[in-house]
Amino acid sequence: MDVKPPNPPPVSRRQFLRDGSRAAALTGLGGLLGVLGTRSTSATTVWQIDPSKCLRCDRCATHCVLEQSAVKCVHAHAICGYCQLCTGYFVPEPSELNTGAENQLCPTAAIKRTFVEDPYYEYVIDEQLCIGCAKCVEGCNRFGNGSLFLQIRHDRCVNCNECSIAQVCPGDAFRRVAVQHPYLLKTTSH
Amino acid sequence: MGARERIEGAVSFLRVPRWLTLPSPSPRPSPQGEGIRGVALDQTNAPLLFQRGKRCSLSLGERARVRGNDAQNNAPAQNPAWTPDHDAPSKAFTTLGHFWPRIAQMAVVVLMLVFAIASFAEQRFPPPEFESGYALPETKTPPPRTLPFQYVDVAVLLGALVLASYLVLKKRSRNGVLALSIFSVVYFGFYRKGCVCAIGSIQNIALGLFDSSYAVPWVVTAFFIAPLAFALFAGRSFCAAVCPHGALQDLMLWKPVKVPAWLEQGLGVLPFAYLGAAVLLAATGSAFIICEYDPFVPLFRMNGSHAMLLAGVAFLLAAMFVGRPYCRFLCPYGALLRLASCVSKWRVTVTPDSCNRCRLCEEACPFGAIEEPTTAPTHWLALIGDRKRLAWLLALVPALMLAGGWFGSQLSIAASQLNPTVALAERFSLQAKTPVELGVQTAESLALMRAAQDPKALISQALEIRRNFRLGGWLFGGWLGLAVGAKLISLAVRRSRHDYEPNRASCFACARCFSSCPNERVRLGLMRRELPGSPAPQPAPAAAHTPN
Repeated sequence: MDVKPPNPPPVSRRQFLRDGSRAAALTGLGGLLGVLGTRSTSATTVWQIDPSKCLRCDRCATHCVLEQSAVKCVHAHAICGYCQLCTGYFVPEPSELNTGAENQLCPTAAIKRTFVEDPYYEYVIDEQLCIGCAKCVEGCNRFGNGSLFLQIRHDRCVNCNECSIAQVCPGDAFRRVAVQHPYLLKTTSH
Repeated sequence: MGARERIEGAVSFLRVPRWLTLPSPSPRPSPQGEGIRGVALDQTNAPLLFQRGKRCSLSLGERARVRGNDAQNNAPAQNPAWTPDHDAPSKAFTTLGHFWPRIAQMAVVVLMLVFAIASFAEQRFPPPEFESGYALPETKTPPPRTLPFQYVDVAVLLGALVLASYLVLKKRSRNGVLALSIFSVVYFGFYRKGCVCAIGSIQNIALGLFDSSYAVPWVVTAFFIAPLAFALFAGRSFCAAVCPHGALQDLMLWKPVKVPAWLEQGLGVLPFAYLGAAVLLAATGSAFIICEYDPFVPLFRMNGSHAMLLAGVAFLLAAMFVGRPYCRFLCPYGALLRLASCVSKWRVTVTPDSCNRCRLCEEACPFGAIEEPTTAPTHWLALIGDRKRLAWLLALVPALMLAGGWFGSQLSIAASQLNPTVALAERFSLQAKTPVELGVQTAESLALMRAAQDPKALISQALEIRRNFRLGGWLFGGWLGLAVGAKLISLAVRRSRHDYEPNRASCFACARCFSSCPNERVRLGLMRRELPGSPAPQPAPAAAHTPN
């Protein structure tokens, strides 16, 4: 026999609590949406390196979540001096100024050196080979025009919620930029 | 020596001689990275600069200049790092003739100063004007891949949530949930690489709430709010088949073992602790630990650190025997969904009409979420013990929160180390107290040099963050105490259940139990009512009613 209270309440106590909590939670979510709405942005952002803050350590090569870092060296040809003795290309004391591996600063030989006209040589980065170790960037910035610099390549970057290189960057050079202008390219030397 | 001559020859080939291209000896005012090098180059810690890679990286002209400076300062021994014999050719160069080269070099330095000041705003090597019709190569800028996907992502999320809720609550179809799980793993997992995800969005929301300068992308806001809003109405349909993490573990499930209740309930506090820690670290702008230690995203990317890949594989292996270990015992977003689905409007019901109490569904649930019916107390006196216990626990909660808060505040100093600013400030003050000879230039020494530019601002910033951590530690500990207290209370509260019912909070809405229910099989026409082992449904016993 099913014994029911004489006057069953239209809403049980538990149901009432549940409905009330749900309403409160919805209000809370709405409030959250309101607060965030004023601050949130429809503009998607992506990570990028500010070349003026980059200290040319080698952490970009090793701390990216990708096996081969999304950070690569970029060459702003407009400010390159096309030097024959490129300090971004050659080791400090090269035995000869040629493309021999022992003379190259780049550990993966990612910089291609080609003769343009006397006495100018063109340097082009092979991004397939570049590992973002910043050795050439250091050489170019220290003694040259600084036309080599590191940038996050967005065809590789997976745009992590928090960039794992940014966490360990000694120069605090990583920041989020608007997706419409995803690169911070150098236009002037240094 | 042959090489040296060749280099000199090379230098003479350059349009602008190398020595003209050096930075001026006065420290440049630039506040950024270049300035650091300027300071390092021109002021006291010059040795640091020259040791990179244990190799003298000075060009000929630079060396001439360094020598010139030494001649001016009359302190050649101040610079021990470049003098050692790693530079034999240049030594020979200096000892050949001492006097005239010096004079010449001084003249060079003076000339260089003049030129350097004149050409201060220009670059060291002006771009050449080519005569051969050479065209400058363009700097390629491949666009980000994310832009077109954000609208699609949110649309797919909402569509999948609606579909999952429909499949579980209305269609009651395990196959549908399975298909949607596979789709989610493929789309949100392997295609979108597990990013953007609702679990990580907690941190963005926390940072957005506490740091007004941080703008939360609206996609992230949508990913945070939508599953929670759905959970308030339809339970954890997000976990069922939309979240790629959960779906992947669910698909891996092979032979589930029952986790003992004490372990299940004990580990059930972990997600809340993880949630608190993640919010604390995100709100202070320190780290996004949920993303950093996510075990499945490296698998989706098929790329990542070995430790995290191994953790992901370990979780998947565990998921073959323990249903959804990450969801149940770690997932911080699951903790929020758990709370939301406690008050959900509709819920998963095992049986379409009435329960036979055959326990088959309880056996079928791999997550231990189905609870047996309760027996009503025979006499009101039996309730007294329960109520006393409840009263004690309610009184215990503030004590737990206080104790937790104290515990959290003790942890706060250690936890603040996770903030990069605090860590740098600590290293800097340690270095200032007990200077350690920084050998080869490393990322750490570069960071210390950056810190040395404006130590006051850094220290005050670090102290501010540490204050936040102190408060945050109390709040985190209090939250932990509350979570433990609430768990104890939830275990002590007497619930009335007539039938075998999925627990609202811990049911993942995977739809496995439906097909285990004989009544459901009868409803679907898979089984005839008269078959042995499936007695006709009986009305629910009246004795199951309790006073509350």
